[in-house]
Amino acid sequence: MNPLLPFDWITALRFLREGRMQTGFIIGGIAIGVGVIVFMSAMLAGLEQNFLKRVLTSQPQVQLLPPDQIARPLRFDEGEFAEPVVQRPSQRVRSIDQWQAIAAEAHRMEEIAVVSPSMNGSALAVRGEASRSISLTGVDPETYFQIVKVPDYLVAGQIRLSSDDILIGVDLAREIGAALGDKINVTAASGARRVLTIAGLLDFGMKAVNLRTTYVSLRTAQSLLGMIGGVTSIDIAVRDIYAAETIAQRIAAAHPVQADSWIRTNAQFFSAMRAQINTNTLIRVFVGLSVAFGIAAVLVVSVIQRSKDIGILRAMGARRGQILRVFLIQGGLLGFLGSLIGSALGMGVLLYWHSVARQADGRELFPLILDPRLFIGAALLATFVGVLSAAMPAVRAAKLDPVVAIRG
Amino acid sequence: MADEIIRLEAVTKAYNTGLPSQTQVLHGVDLTIHRGDFVALMGPSGSGKSTLLNIIGLLDRPTSGRLSIHDTDTGTLDDAGITRLRGRTIGFVFQYHMLISAFTATENVMMPMVIDRGFPSSEIEARARGLLDEVGLSAVADNLAPNMSGGQQQRVAIARALAMNPDLVLADEPTGNLDTKSAADIFALMRRVNAAAGASFLIVTHNIELAKRCDRIVEVIDGRITQYGNAGRKGAMA
Repeated sequence: MNPLLPFDWITALRFLREGRMQTGFIIGGIAIGVGVIVFMSAMLAGLEQNFLKRVLTSQPQVQLLPPDQIARPLRFDEGEFAEPVVQRPSQRVRSIDQWQAIAAEAHRMEEIAVVSPSMNGSALAVRGEASRSISLTGVDPETYFQIVKVPDYLVAGQIRLSSDDILIGVDLAREIGAALGDKINVTAASGARRVLTIAGLLDFGMKAVNLRTTYVSLRTAQSLLGMIGGVTSIDIAVRDIYAAETIAQRIAAAHPVQADSWIRTNAQFFSAMRAQINTNTLIRVFVGLSVAFGIAAVLVVSVIQRSKDIGILRAMGARRGQILRVFLIQGGLLGFLGSLIGSALGMGVLLYWHSVARQADGRELFPLILDPRLFIGAALLATFVGVLSAAMPAVRAAKLDPVVAIRG
Repeated sequence: MADEIIRLEAVTKAYNTGLPSQTQVLHGVDLTIHRGDFVALMGPSGSGKSTLLNIIGLLDRPTSGRLSIHDTDTGTLDDAGITRLRGRTIGFVFQYHMLISAFTATENVMMPMVIDRGFPSSEIEARARGLLDEVGLSAVADNLAPNMSGGQQQRVAIARALAMNPDLVLADEPTGNLDTKSAADIFALMRRVNAAAGASFLIVTHNIELAKRCDRIVEVIDGRITQYGNAGRKGAMA
């Protein structure tokens, strides 16, 4: 016994040590609970990060587009409709009106990190006898690649977009029999044509995307698509990705543009992810509750078993507050020790699962995220739950009448 | 009186007060214990002696009357004050040893000092070992309580009761659970401690032979007390 320690700590530690089988079992129970929480939280964080990385590095978080063209119904002078059925007009590719002013204003918003104008359209990639329809995206590489991480998908060549360069997908290159450094003809629907050099090959991990996606410089795209000085979209990266929809709505309300956020364009994925997070939270709550009831049950039994000891301690001068703390400390220690073992357990299972769980192409199913905050949070939460669940038995112990307790 | 430790004046104790099942356990008890007294408390089962002991030990409060310790009216103290006074003034020895099984003999003796913090931390263990030495238990000082004999446990309990230098030790049938020789040894030990440390003893016992060796006998019958002095002993009847 270290007499420098306070009475309540000495007694709490000794009571736990004496009932080592009970202590061991409850710490085991807490460890399993905390292990489940740590494992699930880390795995879901990895899956979420994986999903976000895939979504947010392959598309802008907010995209401003020209508003849809709407046909107005023809009316007679009296205001009656001349033709009640109005056919939706086809949407031709056109530039955003006053895009420089809108981009400049977006750039001034604090919530927005990067703004990049781009030009999108369809074209044909032709090499010899082979031709494939492609989606042509003209970008300003300096800003656009901060939003869409195209360089992350480069598998050959370099990210270079001079006016004669083009970046294409590996599957498109294979289909038209082109290799890095080869020249291909790119023909727009208007008939405009440019000969471009393949500067880099990209692999997005999806054949359909690899077959269609190409990048050229903004000026090249404007020239090919016949819109010198125009852009068809303003792409935006925001500082808080979960605020993207709100920011999009604000911009759409202030300017004549259609604003789409990644949240809306990936609504199904997003709600699936939210559902996963909610499920994880529910599991954590119920595991936490079962841990709390376990600690409370053990300490209630301990109070009954130790009522004579409590009576003696009270007779020796222990105050109610000291007895209360003896049991609160036990609860906190059980939670803390259980969380340490549980964190190690959860991490072990996570490492194992990460090493065996693979995607069909052999890549990892989720990135391994071992955030220290998760372990610190688990320890704090388990300790808090331990103290909280010890409250009822501790109050009961503190209220014991020493005469009754000693008599047994 | 300067050496008066405990004074009870017209103390009564009733349970279930105000109910049809009200039970009057003590009726107007007057009792004084002085420094160095060695008093036997006797009486048949159910006579009220345990209740009287609990009231004197500040484990229970009287229904009416006054209990003073060193001229302090304990009725004016709150729970924390009562607990502090009890820890510093009174030591307890129970019939069934009542050591805390999670602690060694030394640690059991250290506990009152650890609770109260009245002694410097560096001296607590040395004092506990010194007390165990006084009761002849140096050899088993590091044994856990359950690994000691009944007589040894009772000696540890006496050492523990003396840890805070109390003015009064209350012993509830301290020899009741021991064989004749151990009982005689324990009684002799208490007598020796009483003479050496000057602590007063109030001992509940059913053993008339032991009671006769005390300075004074207080008999409780139906909640009322009668006192006898023992010839040839100091401090005859108060």
